[in-house]
Amino acid sequence: MKPYSSLYLPVPDLPRRRFVQGLVAGGVLLGLSSVVKPGWASGTEAVNRGAPVLSGTEFDLVIAESPVNFTGKPRMATTVNGSIPAPTLRWREGDTVTIRVTNRLREDTSIHWHGIILPFQMDGVPGISFKGIAPGETFTYRFKIEQSGTYWYHSHSGMQEQTGMYGAIVIEPAAGEPNRADREHVIQLSDWTDEDPMRVFAKLKMQGDYYNYNQPTAADFFRDVSRDGLKAAIDKRRMWNEMRMSPTDLADLSAATLTYLMNGTTPAGNWTGLFRPGERVRLRFINGAANTFYDVRIPGLKLTVVQADGQNVEPVTVDEFRFGPGETYDVMVQPKDEAYTVFAQTMDRTGFARGTLAVRTGIEATVPEVDPADWLTMADMMGAMGGMGGMAGMDHGSSGDLNGMAGMSGMNHGGMAMDHSKHAMPPGMAMDGKLARPSTQARHAKTEYGPSTDMRVDMGRTNLDDPGIGLRNNGRRVLTLSDLRTVDGPLDPRGPEREVELHLTGNMERYTWSLDGLEFGRSTPVHFRYGERLRVILHNDTMMTHPMHLHGMWSELEQDGGGFQARRHTIPVQPAQRISFLVTADALGRWAWHCHLMLHMDAGMFREVVVA
Amino acid sequence: MKMIDKRMNVLAMAIIGLGATPALAQTSPVAETMDHAQHQSAPSPDAVKPKAARDAMPAMDSSGMDHGAMPGMKSEKPETAGEMPAMDHSEMSMQGGSAPPDARDPHAYSDGYTLESGPYALPGPRVLRLSDEHTFGGLLVDRLEQVHARDGDNATAYEIQGWYGRDYNRLVVKAEGDVSQGKLQEARTELLWGHAIATFWDTQLGMRYDSGVSPDRGWLAFGVQGLAPYWFEVDAAAYVGDKGRTAFRLGAEYELLLTQKLVLQPRLEINAYGKSDEALGIGSGLSDGVAGLRLRYEFTRQFAPYVGVERAGKFGKTADLARAAGEKTDETRWVAGVRFWF
Repeated sequence: MKPYSSLYLPVPDLPRRRFVQGLVAGGVLLGLSSVVKPGWASGTEAVNRGAPVLSGTEFDLVIAESPVNFTGKPRMATTVNGSIPAPTLRWREGDTVTIRVTNRLREDTSIHWHGIILPFQMDGVPGISFKGIAPGETFTYRFKIEQSGTYWYHSHSGMQEQTGMYGAIVIEPAAGEPNRADREHVIQLSDWTDEDPMRVFAKLKMQGDYYNYNQPTAADFFRDVSRDGLKAAIDKRRMWNEMRMSPTDLADLSAATLTYLMNGTTPAGNWTGLFRPGERVRLRFINGAANTFYDVRIPGLKLTVVQADGQNVEPVTVDEFRFGPGETYDVMVQPKDEAYTVFAQTMDRTGFARGTLAVRTGIEATVPEVDPADWLTMADMMGAMGGMGGMAGMDHGSSGDLNGMAGMSGMNHGGMAMDHSKHAMPPGMAMDGKLARPSTQARHAKTEYGPSTDMRVDMGRTNLDDPGIGLRNNGRRVLTLSDLRTVDGPLDPRGPEREVELHLTGNMERYTWSLDGLEFGRSTPVHFRYGERLRVILHNDTMMTHPMHLHGMWSELEQDGGGFQARRHTIPVQPAQRISFLVTADALGRWAWHCHLMLHMDAGMFREVVVA
Repeated sequence: MKMIDKRMNVLAMAIIGLGATPALAQTSPVAETMDHAQHQSAPSPDAVKPKAARDAMPAMDSSGMDHGAMPGMKSEKPETAGEMPAMDHSEMSMQGGSAPPDARDPHAYSDGYTLESGPYALPGPRVLRLSDEHTFGGLLVDRLEQVHARDGDNATAYEIQGWYGRDYNRLVVKAEGDVSQGKLQEARTELLWGHAIATFWDTQLGMRYDSGVSPDRGWLAFGVQGLAPYWFEVDAAAYVGDKGRTAFRLGAEYELLLTQKLVLQPRLEINAYGKSDEALGIGSGLSDGVAGLRLRYEFTRQFAPYVGVERAGKFGKTADLARAAGEKTDETRWVAGVRFWF
């Protein structure tokens, strides 16, 4: 690791990562010259404290276009009250809030209160909960706050979330805060593109790997041949080539078009949060990105996760966590030194968002290098079967060789693979009652056998203890879903009356995304019977991780094999993974349910839910 | 992800693919058939891409152009199927195939409700329409190049494909031709309905019109275009013209990434005809082929200049006609051009 200076950033493997370099160079020039007036600019202290904060029960939000400049190119953003991120809204549990949203755009807009339990008419999804907010119109949202914690809000219209419409919500609990902190910061991560997001989408329709500059090359092949031998090098590629799938398809968009932001600030801009040594500091992390999974850590500090998606969890101490668009994690830290880097590298390893926790402004700590990008493994492609295949493949290559066969599916998560063999048992085995445990046998929809779907996983991985591609055995303690235990257990003690199984599907070559092989336009709603407790199974037939967000009702994640795990509003489903959660259908109305990667959602990985 | 791999018989694959074309309605997707074809060939690790492209040439001859005529092509299929039991690759069930009879009904959870009807549906026509209900389009100029033959013949050649529509049904336009001495020498233009039938494959039905210095010819076109295992881009079509004319055309490309931006592209094209058309210098059977190698540098994904070389040849009766007319039957050409799309 080299020391960081504002003009020179250590970038691994320069030729392959020139986008990171370009991004940072642009940020250096203009990261602080954002034309949008950041909330901190009005203060006397020249330190970026993130978005302005609004509190109370009455709010006026104005949606308008504002000029911004994150990379050296002036662009127009869609903003709430002229700031990116949008103002942080501080509410109190039990209050009824009134929010008047005025649209000064030339197109319709909307605001969705992500993770907030409210009447469906207030949920803010145009075409489902209401008709949207027309230009010049003011829509008044009014609802009672019946929960507490960290949440966020964003536009649910077109690509406005990508172009700047996202902000934090912090709800103070009525019964007092169990996680006492001396100080807190909201850290909202997002991503920005200078391109028109619809143009980005259209390019992906032409070429699904348009933004992937980490593709396997002939040079990689010959390197593998010389290191592992010809057979191993060919074996490593065989299945990918036969299936026409890319082992480096970790994200649709990369630093080739995205600039990664922390509280609306580029890495070079270096958002800074202050603390006094010894304080207990609460960091409310929100992933408000349109398309980016972030791997967050603060070198030198342990992160004690106390809340996930606004729900308190039994504290668990980790070095790092991954979260996708829509998810939130609250962590407690106790910094003692002068400065720490808040480092959020992207899952595809093409860039990072970065900020600093410091005792005063103007100081910074070492910025780590971005980790190398791993290839997806057989387990990511084939689920439990891939894991077992990996075990068989362990004689290839040497241990610790991340790119060899061993790295692909054996050593890297051999332990995981063993878990699979234990859990991926045929349906009916060891079942106490009919629905006591989630079914494990994939039931593919008949619409998954056509052009909309590029693969199907017959035996999904059901374990929750896999941190995911790029984080396995990285020497750090990484949070997994199996670490999360919501403190007060399930909201509803009933077991499920039935099971609803949905498959996450897509075709990277055509750039289509769907559920059960059907895009939204060809779909019918999923009917939840009012009052029922049901189990939902999400079975991922793709090689990407999808943060699945169900509006209006909590998703109570089940442990591998059944039993309450954690209450979430957004659940990341890893490649070839099969997860289950219970829902109490207590919220009448129509609700959206979708992948929170914006382009996947917009491509049609979206369902309507009717509770009636 | 375009990687070094085993040798394959591109022609056999495409012919099988084409064989499936008349049976569009069948549920077994072409891609699956092609997968099988792929597995017939033994792995030959030393086959590096450019070589594979050239090796495909002799294979074509041995296949014979009987298969070029559509009715004869189905005879390949049972043979292919015969290879299936030998394969136990688990991934075979992960892609393509047809739904088993007990496959889940994706609409079963709706209890009859739709996006427009049922409780709590917003009044009026549905306003939430995502990109799956929007139209997109693109225009790829795959080749726009200066061609220099050894004997000093120069020409400008182009190959363009455009599309407009949605994910699974679109209008496709293909145009290929060359201009020299200020005159359009030869041009093929097709207007097609592209319909997705399998994960990586579209059928393309429509019309083809040939023009240039020779008499014009019109055809009905029946084709498939898509991506074969190991990332071969294949474009194969059979054509039916008037007076009982039939034709077959196969194009195949591969993209070998030397680096993230430097791409070596072997390319192969062959034509065959069911009956002779002497006005155009065409003899029945395999008539002509081109094997080329282009090296391009992608300044962006959308703009890449290239240089390359290709070998063009005439075969069989077509070669006889050329010789009788005092023309060469094969030549080597150097090309330099630009590939771009928007």
